[in-house]
Amino acid sequence: MSGEAQAGAVVGGLVETEQRPTPPRPRRTRVTLGSWLLPLYVILAFIFLLIPIIYTFVFSFNDSIKSNIAWRGFTLDKWLNVCAVQNGAVCEAFGNSMLIGVVATVIATTLGTMIAIALVRYRFKARSAISLLLFLPMATPEVVLGAGLAAQFLAVGVPKDMITIIIAHTMFCISFVVVTVKARVASLDPALEEAGRDLYGAPQQVFWRITFPLLLPGVLAAALLSFALSFDDFIITNFNSGSVMTFPKYVYVSASRGIPAEANVVASAVFILALVIVVAAQVSSAARAKRLARR
Amino acid sequence: MRMPAGAFAERGADLELVGIQKRFPGFTAIENLDLTIPAGSFFALLGPSGCGKTTTLRLVAGLEEPTAGRILIGGADVTGQKPHQRPVNTVFQSYALFPHMSIIENVAFGLRRRRIPDPSGKAHEALRLVELDHLAQRKPQQLSGGQQQRVALARAIVNRPALLLLDEPLGALDLKLRRQMQLELKSIQEEVGLTFLHVTHDQEEAMTMADTVAVMNKGRIEQLGAPEQLYELPKTAFVANFLGQSNLFTGQVAGTTSEAISVDINGQPIIVALPRAHRHTGDVTIGVRPEKVSLHLDKPVTDAARNLVGPGRVIDVSFSGVSTQYLVAVPGVGTMVVFAQNMAFGPVAQEGTEVWLSWNIEHGFGLEDDPADVNAEAPKFPADTDTRSIAAQKRDALISELEEG
Repeated sequence: MSGEAQAGAVVGGLVETEQRPTPPRPRRTRVTLGSWLLPLYVILAFIFLLIPIIYTFVFSFNDSIKSNIAWRGFTLDKWLNVCAVQNGAVCEAFGNSMLIGVVATVIATTLGTMIAIALVRYRFKARSAISLLLFLPMATPEVVLGAGLAAQFLAVGVPKDMITIIIAHTMFCISFVVVTVKARVASLDPALEEAGRDLYGAPQQVFWRITFPLLLPGVLAAALLSFALSFDDFIITNFNSGSVMTFPKYVYVSASRGIPAEANVVASAVFILALVIVVAAQVSSAARAKRLARR
Repeated sequence: MRMPAGAFAERGADLELVGIQKRFPGFTAIENLDLTIPAGSFFALLGPSGCGKTTTLRLVAGLEEPTAGRILIGGADVTGQKPHQRPVNTVFQSYALFPHMSIIENVAFGLRRRRIPDPSGKAHEALRLVELDHLAQRKPQQLSGGQQQRVALARAIVNRPALLLLDEPLGALDLKLRRQMQLELKSIQEEVGLTFLHVTHDQEEAMTMADTVAVMNKGRIEQLGAPEQLYELPKTAFVANFLGQSNLFTGQVAGTTSEAISVDINGQPIIVALPRAHRHTGDVTIGVRPEKVSLHLDKPVTDAARNLVGPGRVIDVSFSGVSTQYLVAVPGVGTMVVFAQNMAFGPVAQEGTEVWLSWNIEHGFGLEDDPADVNAEAPKFPADTDTRSIAAQKRDALISELEEG
């Protein structure tokens, strides 16, 4: 406070002749306004962002019967018997989403990494055209992408099931993988691979012992990103899933007649798991930095 | 010569390049290069940036394929072999240590790929040779530049290659460390007895370390020989100016005796000993090293064994501790550089002083170049070479950018 008063006095000093009797009040109010308005704004923004998450988490403990809108009392039942409701429909949808996410991630990450290496390391015809095409799925609205793909499946006569969802997810995940891994490949010093070849490494050995370990952080980031995108996707999935139920689709479908608390349990669990992973990664990297600094 | 698994090369091997040519899209890096490096020697390829010396090294390592020609190591043709099949190891300019491996894993990498027994024992031995065994468990990024350089060296020599390639490995080090590493490299080479092929643009480094130096320019070898021979009797204007400084004059041969030729430089006769002149008739370029030239404040007595020019006027004096460099404008002859050792305190002549210059006719040299070519190039002082090498580097950077883009 004394600092502010001083600043006010100095500024006041410049216009001393006329304003001496009245202290520079408007300035002080403005400073005070800033000092509480910004934190208030931040707090409100966070509350706004967190309310849906907190709501989801809290209502996973609701002793609901059919709909999960009104609070009917605390229970751990839903957490302990997640798969009991509707003959395990929540768990089935969750399992499908996991399976699709993992398979699509593995395929997209493998293909995307190979494409990224090819695009950065080799010169070939239509290289820039391929770069542009890979960017398209990210720029195209999902509705268009989903509908377009569905029309193609229909035209070719492929029945919509788990496979079509995996194909659809792989398609849009590849773009994100390529973008992520490409940056990593571009930052990789080609001399390292040359050194590997020079030190009697056959091409395969050089790839698995030098190139891949050095690309791994980028590849892992790309894999996490594509899993998150796949697990989360509703629009494209809805067009190409047929009767297969994924978790986002289940939540959407049941929203009209009340989402069961079990869905909240699954969502909260995924959220907590992600939070734990992030915190663990932060703690371990901080510990490593400390260890390196000590040496 | 294919490297058998689980075995070391017993000693260094000859390297032979036959009619090597390398073209990149848009320019030719090497034009018809023939070169033989005897086993066990320390050979330096010296030249400005963009002269093709690094390309030569990469061709030998197998990282580039020649457009034409053959590469033989120990008499066996390796032209078609992949880098990992060649008994050659490289110390890269950027060291290229694997950042995800510890120092000991880096050094043992080549041994493990070739299934040499006891890789970590041999790796520790190599690290002891470069005095870094105590840092074996660290990661490369925790080491200083000089330490990384020594690890890169250990990683290469631990494989006992028939031929060790060094790609300006000391370029990133500061001067003092560089001098120290030069001595260490030299003693390690003598100790392990391998054939070293060292690429550098630092003429002092090449001269202090190598038994044989090849000066490269524009994709071909200008001159090859022992450092003293290259310095004292340069064949071309490029060598005369790239290896130290030279005073060069161009004129017509006015007379020839059995011992010397006399060259007429705008009316001023300058004598060059016959065995030291590569051309004996017509227009020739002759020269003398600045430290061989004496500065006289009074006109000296004419001496048949010495060339005398002057009087000229001192136009610049720069004091560098051990010696002083004078620039002297001599009418008709041109501007000459003189290095005089500081036998007394400070310079003996000031700017504007009238001086005479003389040198022993045995100390001059006559170039093989056609003077027309010399004047077209005319890099008189190292500063010119530097500018040109910067231009060459710019061009290289542009080319690689174009290739990448």
